[in-house]
Amino acid sequence: MTVVEQKVLAMSGDEAVAYAVKQSDVDVVAAYPITPQTIIVEKFSEYVHNGEVDTEFICVESEHSALTACLTAAAVGARAFTATASAGLALMHEILYVTSGCRAPVVMAVANRALSAPINIHCDHSDTMVERDSGWIQIYAENSQEAYDSIIQAFRIAEHPDILLPVMVGLDGFFLSHTLENVRILPDETVKGFLGNRKFPLVRNHEGKLVPFRLAPENPITIGPLDLYDYYFEHKRQQEEAMRRASEIIKQVHGEYANVGGRQYGDGLIETYHLEDAEIATICLGSTAGTVKTVVDELRSKGIKAGLLRIRTFRPLPVKEITVALKNVKAVGVMDRACSFGGFGGPVFHEIRHILYDAPVHPHVVNYIYGLGGRDMSYILINQIYRDLERILETNRVEKKVQFIGLRE
Amino acid sequence: MSEWKFTIKEIAEKPELFMSGHRACAGCVPATVHRLVLKAARGPVIATHATGCIEVSSTIYPYTAWKIPWIHTAFENAAANASGIEAALRVLQRKGKIKNEHVDVIAFAGDGGTYDIGIQALSGAVERGHDFLYVLYDNEAYMNTGIQRSGGTPHGAWTTTSPAGKLIPGKPQFKKPIAEIMVAHEIPYVATASPYYWKDLITKVRKGLEVEGPAFLHIIAPCPRGWRFPSEKGIEISRIIVETCMFPLWEAIDEEYKLSPPSKAIALKPEKKKPVKEYLKIQGRFRHLFTLEHEHVIEELQRIIDKRWKRLLKKCGIA
Ligand SMILES: Cc1ncc(C[n+]2csc(CCOP(=O)(O)OP(=O)(O)O)c2C)c(N)n1
Ligand code: SF4
Ligand SMILES: [Mg+2]
Repeated sequence: MTVVEQKVLAMSGDEAVAYAVKQSDVDVVAAYPITPQTIIVEKFSEYVHNGEVDTEFICVESEHSALTACLTAAAVGARAFTATASAGLALMHEILYVTSGCRAPVVMAVANRALSAPINIHCDHSDTMVERDSGWIQIYAENSQEAYDSIIQAFRIAEHPDILLPVMVGLDGFFLSHTLENVRILPDETVKGFLGNRKFPLVRNHEGKLVPFRLAPENPITIGPLDLYDYYFEHKRQQEEAMRRASEIIKQVHGEYANVGGRQYGDGLIETYHLEDAEIATICLGSTAGTVKTVVDELRSKGIKAGLLRIRTFRPLPVKEITVALKNVKAVGVMDRACSFGGFGGPVFHEIRHILYDAPVHPHVVNYIYGLGGRDMSYILINQIYRDLERILETNRVEKKVQFIGLRE
Repeated sequence: MSEWKFTIKEIAEKPELFMSGHRACAGCVPATVHRLVLKAARGPVIATHATGCIEVSSTIYPYTAWKIPWIHTAFENAAANASGIEAALRVLQRKGKIKNEHVDVIAFAGDGGTYDIGIQALSGAVERGHDFLYVLYDNEAYMNTGIQRSGGTPHGAWTTTSPAGKLIPGKPQFKKPIAEIMVAHEIPYVATASPYYWKDLITKVRKGLEVEGPAFLHIIAPCPRGWRFPSEKGIEISRIIVETCMFPLWEAIDEEYKLSPPSKAIALKPEKKKPVKEYLKIQGRFRHLFTLEHEHVIEELQRIIDKRWKRLLKKCGIA
């Protein structure tokens, strides 16, 4: 397939998400406003009110109901989308688990924002990190273009009959959600063709009949029953299996998309930047990677072997890919935009140290907690991290395994 | 609205959509209520259920009592479940992605899932005007978790969180007038029903399905386990609660209140109205009130029943 011609539109990340949803022939959108996601809801309302989409837009009274309505709409067979942030995602918490447990392929955009208290509308990853175990696939975008591309891919991944898991796409609040960027837009027909219609795998109902997995009067099924110690565990295991399968499907969908869209984000799971021969490297998620890349370029021009690993798909965690990518690195700085109070470092740090436990050679792995509540992750701070890593490399000694950076101490 | 007419035979011959074999207690009136409600189905139905006794006892995996498509997601969101289902049906039919036939949507929830934790989702869904029927089966406490008080528990009743203590004899507060709250939402159909008057109940379900837009049906559903009465007494209690005017039967079509025949008969012959004591004495949950020190609670309860009955008569244009 050849890459299609695309128009360029100046859009904020939120607008790019709304545009992707508009092109994805979504049947039901149920959402509730919250900064910095609100533009998505507003923009989509305009599409609905101007007749640009054929979508039932449910202006719900809460995020709890937003996700609930998306879940049941998806159970009937609809393609469903919602968007939220921070407190809204926290309010959905209960239903996040119910959605993945009901195997409802809902897609959600999260404009990442700090959690209260104190109330703060700006970016960090506390809202999505706390939901990492909720059975949702998690993709973090680096820029608005990737947010746009990821939303379209997300429908394909979620609805894949071997997966049937909900997907959340994170875009950093304000840094992406509200910042104007040039975004390349696929033609409507291309998106339509890429997504196709929802397919329904056959499941065995309570009468032993194989029927499509959806709520339909001609083939009644019961979804969300009471499931006790005799079956619950197997059902949870099936969810985990679907997550494992998802890694391959995410790569595959990402590859197919690259064929038409011409854009790639690593292999779809992780993206490496000058990592092959790097001795020191940082790991981060989301928009911070953009600034880190600039710093890496500069360090490289000075002959310093610096690299970056950006985790695009945090769930399922690309264990194999991360292990391979880090095999030559000697000092790793993991950047966490969230705090796990009382834990040993931030959530990304937990995973990376954990993965590297089995590596033949253990690099030094340190943690930098940064940018909470929208605190800027400056070029200077990133440089500081690399200097720190260089020192660790030289002295072969780590003074502080976990540090908070860019704040008054 | 032309009223649906049916015979006992027709109802008996209609297929059971809520099947036997579920694990509700012997004499569980809420289970009977579910069966009756589905007897009024006029075609394809998709049902959804809030967490609670009947949800739990009717769907113990890998079994189900439901002959129709059914989904449960959580406790506080039955009306949001219905919103998503209804919206999906509408758009998928419009796009030709599913068969173009009318499908009724029914949301079932208990008193806990309605008066308390679910009122936000319910209020939102009816305000948005989704076309669905919400059935509140009211057993007046959180039975699934072991008989705790709810906003629907009557004044003075014993529950495990409103025990009959020396200082506080049962629930201090009064039952929330939920059906009137729903009328205040200006929805096209609101009614109350009792399974003793089963024909009235089935007729009201059908009306609720027939109106366009949200309909709310409040059904009293005695629970032998939680109310402390012998399992064969549930239907009798469903009658006496109406005869005492503790639970009058009425409907409000486009906010026009109208008494239903059993309560209308009492309105026309007030001497037929039984004292609340007759209702209380057959249930263990009110036993502690029949003592010298707590008798005043019964008087208080009678006072509130009389006040509300008077208010209802006024709304119905009587007296
Ligand atoms: C958010 C949440 N809180 C609490 C519970 C526990 N819980 C399950 S059912 C229930 C009570 C149900 O009461 P009601 O709605 O009256 O239904 P009933 O069991 O009486 O039929 C409670 C408290 C829950 N499942 N979810
Ligand atoms: S506790 Fe009450 S409502 Fe629950 S199953 Fe038993 S009788 Fe029915
Ligand atoms: Mg109850």
